[in-house]
Amino acid sequence: MIPVATTFFFYFLAVLAIGSAIAVITQRNPVHAALALIVTLLALAGFYLMLYAPFVAGVQIVLYAGGIMVLFLFVIMLVNLEQNIREYQFNKQWLVGTIVALALGGLLLFVYRTGRGTFPTVFYQGYRGLEGDNTQQIGLALYGQYMLPFEIASLLLLVAIVGAVVMAKKRI
Amino acid sequence: MSIGTYILVSLVKIVLALLILLTAVAYTTLLERKVVAHIQNRWGPSRVGPFGIWQPLADGLKFIFKEDLTPPYVNKPLYMLAPIIALTTALTSIAVIPIGPWIRLGSVNTPLQITDINIGLLVILGVTSVGVYGVALAGWSSNSKYSMLGGLRASAQMISYEIALGLSLIGVLIYAGSFSLSDIVNSQAGVWFGFIPKWNIFKGQFVAFFIYIMAAYAETNRIPFDLPEAETELVAGYHTEYSSMKFAMFFMAEYANMVTVACLASILFLGGWSGPVFGPPIVQSLLPVFWFAVRVFAFMFIYIWVRGTLPRFRYDQLMAFGWKFLLPLAIANIVVTAFVVAVK
Repeated sequence: MIPVATTFFFYFLAVLAIGSAIAVITQRNPVHAALALIVTLLALAGFYLMLYAPFVAGVQIVLYAGGIMVLFLFVIMLVNLEQNIREYQFNKQWLVGTIVALALGGLLLFVYRTGRGTFPTVFYQGYRGLEGDNTQQIGLALYGQYMLPFEIASLLLLVAIVGAVVMAKKRI
Repeated sequence: MSIGTYILVSLVKIVLALLILLTAVAYTTLLERKVVAHIQNRWGPSRVGPFGIWQPLADGLKFIFKEDLTPPYVNKPLYMLAPIIALTTALTSIAVIPIGPWIRLGSVNTPLQITDINIGLLVILGVTSVGVYGVALAGWSSNSKYSMLGGLRASAQMISYEIALGLSLIGVLIYAGSFSLSDIVNSQAGVWFGFIPKWNIFKGQFVAFFIYIMAAYAETNRIPFDLPEAETELVAGYHTEYSSMKFAMFFMAEYANMVTVACLASILFLGGWSGPVFGPPIVQSLLPVFWFAVRVFAFMFIYIWVRGTLPRFRYDQLMAFGWKFLLPLAIANIVVTAFVVAVK
């Protein structure tokens, strides 16, 4: 199938992602903020689909939107929200926060300006074959070329899990 | 195929699929009431039409005409959103489920599913994991203790069993080498010794099959895992505060999920629509759909049978069963399957 209306979908998803990201920090009710974050994550999944990475898009939805955010929502739902809603939305760290955000934005802009040659300007033309075996490609890359980083990441996750169990349980 | 015909064919398929799914949902409720009634030595619905076959219609009408009550203390936007999320996600997953092989109608050659995408199984897992929000938000936004506890129980149960469910499918994926549901069905074609079909359940995935079935019962909040709506302690769980059509939407979502789960079980473990095909061309193209429907019906019947037979778990038993029994078993199944495939 020839891709249709890609520009439309790009801007639609971009507006959706940025708009809901803004809602995450402006919403007073934490549950609404968490829901806005879910919309951002889903819009990102749409971007992965547009980049012909269906597996990454699927995993994005299953793990982030469907797994991690449910746990977020769980914690938020159990805390007392009445007090939260009345609290002032800005605290004393706003100066530090602004500086860090500006620095990060500047860095991104710098990388974008200087590294223009390294980013592909035209989309990779041989994608038609890639789309079908995206999953296999990722599997081969993870268990071949990137075996060691993959194992290190798994080990870190395992350590985190063990740590969580130790902290949560009084008597092991 | 031109874009025009493509869109037309897709629209027709979407309308047909929704019609079939919603009819199946409606008549599953009747089947459930009838079968459970006979298990308990009663008659079940018998007044509306012969054997009560118009009962679902009457129920639907009743739901529409009931007063739609919104309690004053709820969080309104989320209270409205929750049943919408639950029902749309439940209906969306039907889009990637194939109910038969490719068919030819005149010059149009099309698969018997709305769309055949190469991450079909992932889409279903993703959509059902988003469906958890419907339940969780319904519980929270209702602003009532029963709803809150029901919603928390339901979402904790769903995310716990989703892991076992997802891992039980890995064995099938290792055999098929694809996420596409039609590829998975095609990988189970053929027979051994002339009579044993090469279904995944006979290829050594029977442990995975039982893990899948048990996790699926928990995913759809059915007995023996129906703690989210344990009447004796929680009134009606997360949909206590809902009435009229909003309540019906949760109900429809639950039954649509049951149908999806039954379809997936048939596709992944029981060879999908494979079965003897004979007769004139029109019968030949419809027989696979019939064999598929037979499997799905069998699963629905077992669902109801289990409901009429088993008592409910305690919540700690449920969690222990999911995390300490199903999950290790599913991982062991992956290891064994990977080993077998590697040795081959």
